[in-house]
Amino acid sequence: MSIVDQAENAAEFINDQTHEQHLDQLLWMLRTRRDEAASRVPEWEQLRDLASQIKEHTLSNLAHYLEMFESRAKANGVTVHWAQDAHEHNQIVYQLLSDRKVDELIKSKSMLTEECDTRRFLEGRGVRVSETDLGERIQQLDDQPPSHIVGPAWHKTTQDIANVFAKAYGSDKEKADPVYLAHVMRENTRPLIERARAGMTGANFAVAETGAIVTVTNEGNADLSGNVPELRICSVGLEKIIPRNEDLAVFVRLLTRSATGNSITQYTSHFRAPRQNGEMHIILVDNGRSSRLGMEKFWPSLKCIRCAACMNTCPVYRRSGGLSYGSTYMGPIGIIMMPTFDIRRYSELPFSSTLNGSCTNVCPVKINIHEQIYAWREVMEEKHQINLVKKGAMIVAGKVLSNPTLYRIAGDTMEASLKVLPRFAIYNQLNAWGQHRDIPPPAKETFHDWYRKHRSQATGREINR
Amino acid sequence: MQVALMIPCYVDLFYPEVGVATLELLEKLKVDVVYPFDQTCCGQPMANSGCYEEAQTTEELLIQNFSAFDHIVTPSGSCTHHLRHKFTAAPDSPERRKISAGVYDLVEFLHDVLPVREFPGTEFKHKVALHTSCSAIRGIGLASMSERVHDPKFSKPKQLLERVPGIEFVDFERPDECCGFGGSFSVTEEAVAAQMGYDKVEFMRKAGADYIVSSDMSCLMHLQGCSSRLGTNLKVLHIAQILNGVTQ
Amino acid sequence: MSFRNTILENVRNNQPSARELPAIPKFHSEQSVDLKNQFTAALKELYGEVVTEPPADLKAFLKERFPSAKAICSTVPEYTGNSKPEDFTRWSDAGSIDVTIVRSPLGVAETGSVLFSEEEFRVNTIGFLAHDIVILLDPAEIVENIHDAYCHPHFQDKAYSLLMSGPSGSADIGGITVHPAQGVMTLTVIFWPRAQTETTQTV
Repeated sequence: MSIVDQAENAAEFINDQTHEQHLDQLLWMLRTRRDEAASRVPEWEQLRDLASQIKEHTLSNLAHYLEMFESRAKANGVTVHWAQDAHEHNQIVYQLLSDRKVDELIKSKSMLTEECDTRRFLEGRGVRVSETDLGERIQQLDDQPPSHIVGPAWHKTTQDIANVFAKAYGSDKEKADPVYLAHVMRENTRPLIERARAGMTGANFAVAETGAIVTVTNEGNADLSGNVPELRICSVGLEKIIPRNEDLAVFVRLLTRSATGNSITQYTSHFRAPRQNGEMHIILVDNGRSSRLGMEKFWPSLKCIRCAACMNTCPVYRRSGGLSYGSTYMGPIGIIMMPTFDIRRYSELPFSSTLNGSCTNVCPVKINIHEQIYAWREVMEEKHQINLVKKGAMIVAGKVLSNPTLYRIAGDTMEASLKVLPRFAIYNQLNAWGQHRDIPPPAKETFHDWYRKHRSQATGREINR
Repeated sequence: MQVALMIPCYVDLFYPEVGVATLELLEKLKVDVVYPFDQTCCGQPMANSGCYEEAQTTEELLIQNFSAFDHIVTPSGSCTHHLRHKFTAAPDSPERRKISAGVYDLVEFLHDVLPVREFPGTEFKHKVALHTSCSAIRGIGLASMSERVHDPKFSKPKQLLERVPGIEFVDFERPDECCGFGGSFSVTEEAVAAQMGYDKVEFMRKAGADYIVSSDMSCLMHLQGCSSRLGTNLKVLHIAQILNGVTQ
Repeated sequence: MSFRNTILENVRNNQPSARELPAIPKFHSEQSVDLKNQFTAALKELYGEVVTEPPADLKAFLKERFPSAKAICSTVPEYTGNSKPEDFTRWSDAGSIDVTIVRSPLGVAETGSVLFSEEEFRVNTIGFLAHDIVILLDPAEIVENIHDAYCHPHFQDKAYSLLMSGPSGSADIGGITVHPAQGVMTLTVIFWPRAQTETTQTV
């Protein structure tokens, strides 16, 4: 698969000023709401510390907690499956459905199923899959992946959504009103839910001491997907395990406030055992997580609780749009996770960052995101994933900047300066800086020149070329 | 007190007046300033691109030039952050550690080490949008960050500038959002960098600023480019220039 | 073929060095907290409503609040509806309910949440497929925060437990929360102390 050129995709997104401004303002509003919510919790920083410590403890004892979770879940009457990769996961799901002659599935939001491309796998085998989360449904109808892990359709304006629904449901295209559109969704989804024989959810958390999985939604669609049909399937990434309900409390207090600024979502649901006359299946999914656990600099990315606060605060994401990353997970957390799935395809993502550090400071579990982005750059360089022209420019820069005389000669004329300085920053065109900005005005002399003229005599030092 | 002066490569080449202002200001404050003439760069452009091998020789040259000094002062939050926290391309050595321990951004040096609270003979009767770089805020703690809502609010650059008669600070939206420079990012992801710069310049303009002032010339280089392209009248000045007595 | 053992072995081999599990404080406020007021304010932020005293005539109250409601499913002795959860042998049929009336054993002041499980719902879908929900809550059963809430035995014992916080909504369109989404349209909590003689409901 080809390398994602996030910068080019971002430039296209920015060209569409309406959508860029819409997204930037929406997400900054969420960042502001997150700040307000955090300011109402005096122990906010302490909660972040606890959340980070709980996750680090769990990940350092992950095998133990996975076994505990499995044994409790089994004792609860749940069937536990293990999938090493995406294909295995999809196969298990398909088998469960086809064994029961079920060809229709409702599902609530799960980034893991996006990662595994489950819907496409099932649809290719004759299973009709309906997303019940509004944002996911919009994207499904528009044949686009989610652009954000909490609000999959936030890059769309209300009019865009009205257009999608008009095409799919015959609703009124002129009524670009969120309340009307929510009603359209409800009316069209309710019958699907009511007749569903199988439902699929993800899990925000999986509690080892009880064997329960936890979903966090505003719509209640996980509760519907999990309670209405007799067959319930739940996909859980290995890293979702936490030890106890007592620990869960810390995450529940941090998650929604970080994501949208509300104190909690409308439905915080805990599924421990099958419903009456029902079956419950949990699929524990590896898909590269156990390998990532062994990466010294990058395993803390497994602490992620999928709040997307990093995306909301990231000035690059807000102006690029989530689809520009060409990946399941986007923005800051996406940059540090995606190379573990495909190092070549995502080799340029670590450069889609100014390393400003805002993400690290809003992350509720204190992942050192911007430091990992920096560390990935070195990995890309080591593994020869850096663009050759850029590498060439860096080699030249390194030679010039490590040689004082060469450097001073290069700095002699403005023209030469412009050739040296931006050259080691750019690898495409010399005038890239000048596309949207004016080039720095020429300096008459360098500081070196000035110093030689005005100070070296005073110090009595002889300074030669 | 003796310090070695480190002038960032882009200041040396494009904005030598900032270097001059830094030197003159320190001299006014009775600091004995030495300028190792063979200096070039801190290595950040290569290191930030993951090219540690290419950064190594440059960083070794810096160690050679500066390890004799207990204090190194540079008018750049970004270079300071790099030298203090990311100076790892050259092999570990007592000299390398000495550099990391002894480097100061100019504002830190003035505010914490000297410390100085008066700037006689200065005046700046203008409306200022104060921009503090992400390296300065989140890297070396020159000011509090908006993400950490319970931290006490403070800004070392502002505390220094408040001592300059006539200065008026304007409050603008998203005060600590990144300006978009980000080093090579400003060229490799040029459209986003420019949009970030435009947005920031526009917030500052809307708030009524005449000048954008910062302790990082790299941000100012970027914002100046955006500002003039947008056709706004905002001018840029480094904090060293104002504290050294520039009036406009 | 299960990859269980391979996965567990990979995990074990790659686990970082052991870190401690921290002790979790309760984070109770140092000042005294008016739990009823805090609950009411928190629920209001999530578009739920609180009625602070039991209405003298619950039937009249319901008629006024839900004038077009016909199918009322009640699980509480305080009100006899025209259906019980057990009537919905197909759980999806609970969509025909206009108003569900149910008692919650726990409220959370921090967030305006109320706790449910299959014990209270008996048929879980009456809690979300109904058009509206009315919840009786004994104010003496409101706890301060989420840390307190997770001490409740439901989270250990029940097949399904839910912290419900306001009516269903969605912010998926433009980040603005709109109601309804897939679940109930409105949520009303009535502060209603448990009757002295009432015994704990059992499934």
